[in-house]
Amino acid sequence: MRRFFLIATPYTWLLLLFLVPFAIVVKISLSDTALAIPPYVPKFSWDEGIGAYFSQLDFENFVFLTEDDLYWKAYLSSFKIATISTLLTLLVGYPIAYGMARSAPEWRPTLMMLVILPFWTSFLIRVYAWMGILSNEGYLNQLLLWTGVIDTPLTILNTNTAVYIGIVYTYLPFMILPIYSALERLDESLIEAAEDLGCSRLSAFWLVTIPLSKTGIIAGCFLVFIPALGEFVIPSLLGGSNSLMIGKVLWEEFFSNRDWPVASAVAVILLLILVIPIVLFQRNQQKEQEAEQ
Amino acid sequence: MTTVEFEPWDDPQEKPLIHFQNVTKRFGSFVAIDNLTIDIYEREFYALLGPSGCGKTTLMRMLAGFETPTEGNIMLAGQDIVPVPPNKRATNMMFQSYALFPHLSIWENIAFGLKREGMPKPDINNRVEEMLRLTRLEKFAKRKPHQISGGQRQRVALARSLAKAPKLLLLDEPLGALDKKLRQETQFELMDIQEKTGTTFVIVTHDQEEAMTVASRVAVMDHGKIIQVATPDRIYETPNSVYVADFIGDVNIIQGTTTANGEDSYSVAWADGQAPLTASSNQPFSDGQKCHLAIRPEKIAISADKPEEAANAVQGKVLDIAYLGNISTYHVELPTGVVIKAQAANTRRISRRSYTWEDTVWLSWTATAGVLLAS
Ligand SMILES: Nc1ncnc2c1ncn2[C@@H]1O[C@H](COP(=O)(O)OP(=O)(O)OP(=O)(O)O)[C@@H](O)[C@H]1O
Ligand SMILES: [Mg+2]
Repeated sequence: MRRFFLIATPYTWLLLLFLVPFAIVVKISLSDTALAIPPYVPKFSWDEGIGAYFSQLDFENFVFLTEDDLYWKAYLSSFKIATISTLLTLLVGYPIAYGMARSAPEWRPTLMMLVILPFWTSFLIRVYAWMGILSNEGYLNQLLLWTGVIDTPLTILNTNTAVYIGIVYTYLPFMILPIYSALERLDESLIEAAEDLGCSRLSAFWLVTIPLSKTGIIAGCFLVFIPALGEFVIPSLLGGSNSLMIGKVLWEEFFSNRDWPVASAVAVILLLILVIPIVLFQRNQQKEQEAEQ
Repeated sequence: MTTVEFEPWDDPQEKPLIHFQNVTKRFGSFVAIDNLTIDIYEREFYALLGPSGCGKTTLMRMLAGFETPTEGNIMLAGQDIVPVPPNKRATNMMFQSYALFPHLSIWENIAFGLKREGMPKPDINNRVEEMLRLTRLEKFAKRKPHQISGGQRQRVALARSLAKAPKLLLLDEPLGALDKKLRQETQFELMDIQEKTGTTFVIVTHDQEEAMTVASRVAVMDHGKIIQVATPDRIYETPNSVYVADFIGDVNIIQGTTTANGEDSYSVAWADGQAPLTASSNQPFSDGQKCHLAIRPEKIAISADKPEEAANAVQGKVLDIAYLGNISTYHVELPTGVVIKAQAANTRRISRRSYTWEDTVWLSWTATAGVLLAS
């Protein structure tokens, strides 16, 4: 009995907080748009019965998504932006994690604190702050003009560059923390052993440090890639109309066009795309746990 | 059968493989290695022995290239190796923690150093197979380090450090984690490997019995200094200080003052009202010099009656008997309060032994049994 409750609790949780909402979204994606509240038909009524209700559902919206190239372009562009910014985050995050893991033990809690500290401020405010930094009259341009590096202000805000900066900045801690925890566990004597056996510093890094922090790297990449793919706030605030991301399309369908069924169809496809990396991520975590035993 | 004496340290023609010249290593203000000068010869099995924290690991790490001496030079085959990074040294170290690469199989661990050398593939295969055979690990080649036992891991570490056939192999407490039987087996394996490959070994150990078994020479260290370097038998028979005598094996120390009474022979006054002891020594002692007489328990005979011929004989009372199976150690208290340990083989059954607690017995030893040491 106790076993039953132990297993039932997470499944009930999953059912209530994921499967039921998802089923509702799927249902809306199969409906037709209408001028009503809520803005779609059919609505279930006892008079017509369940058969008539289901007969009105169709895949029209999904077909529509394939007809208008806006959608698959948006998916592709999101995928590209998420991939590039994940790699950039890795490039920035790995050296930071490495430096933290190599620092004197008494410094580590402080450094860890500094990594987590930005979370104490609202995400939205931090993204707005970047608008102030990156705009044509922003601090970055002022600094560059003042030091004489450039003569005319750079246009960064409202380009994909700004989106990359925003994503790297926002998700950096998610990259640093798993890599740091992998590197911190790494035994220094393994590096010494590699050098003793003829490795240079660099090849010891490639042959020992990187493989042994692999699970951390993979975990970090997924933790950045998965939310970045559906990201909405960063592209709309920093990317403006120039950046095309599926999160933004979704938002516009819902709130500007009030086309809930199409918006729901977009969301369903996004989720199906995300299932693949999420499953891979789970695999990685499982492998890591097994390795620890 | 004739055995060729292996004593390169006595041959002035012989060049040492390793030469430490006035090496000092400080960590901050702490002196870990203190003005150390030693020579280690090719094909030696050099054992470092000393209490915890005396600087053995530091010495090894300097040889491997992980620490640079604060002062002094380290020469390997006549070349100053201090500026040479670890990966460019013809030395390999077997780490006390083994430091096996957890992401690589046993086979790949052993091949690691060979691949870095750029050895051709077939040669690597042959060499790794050879190492696996030598350490009896053929069956485990495909496993990862966490899938084998501690003793097997230790042998992988050994195979890995041996694979490159280094000029010099550094073993930091290589057998510390093994049970006695496996340790002895591996000790003989090590000596065997050393004989076959001709590698020079430097081994750190806490176990003095191990040092005595495997070493061509033993270096006893204390507080970053070498106190004595000698062959195991000489370290045991003729320690150069009370510290070494006390550190290696069991010993009785009697304090006294010397008076010469013949060529290389001294009488040692050790207690009022007791006949002086006689000891021979080829170290000169002046009359009235304070000294310590060190005698191993097994060199002291125990008897019920006063032995007629003995150079030294003292009477005492049996205080305690430690039964060790093949031998017994008798703790005998002399009238002066000094307790002397004497060992005798248990040739009879324990119930029929000649002496028991509170018995009055005579202890005797020859003039050459003990070693006279200056204070
Ligand atoms: N990196 C370091 N920083 C400061 N002190 C150190 C460092 N490495 C070693 N020491 C000190 O130097 C001394 C010698 O250390 P070492 O590791 O050589 O001892 P050891 O003889 O190998 O001891 P054990 O038998 O316990 O392994 C110790 O007192 C140790 O505290
Ligand atoms: Mg040590």
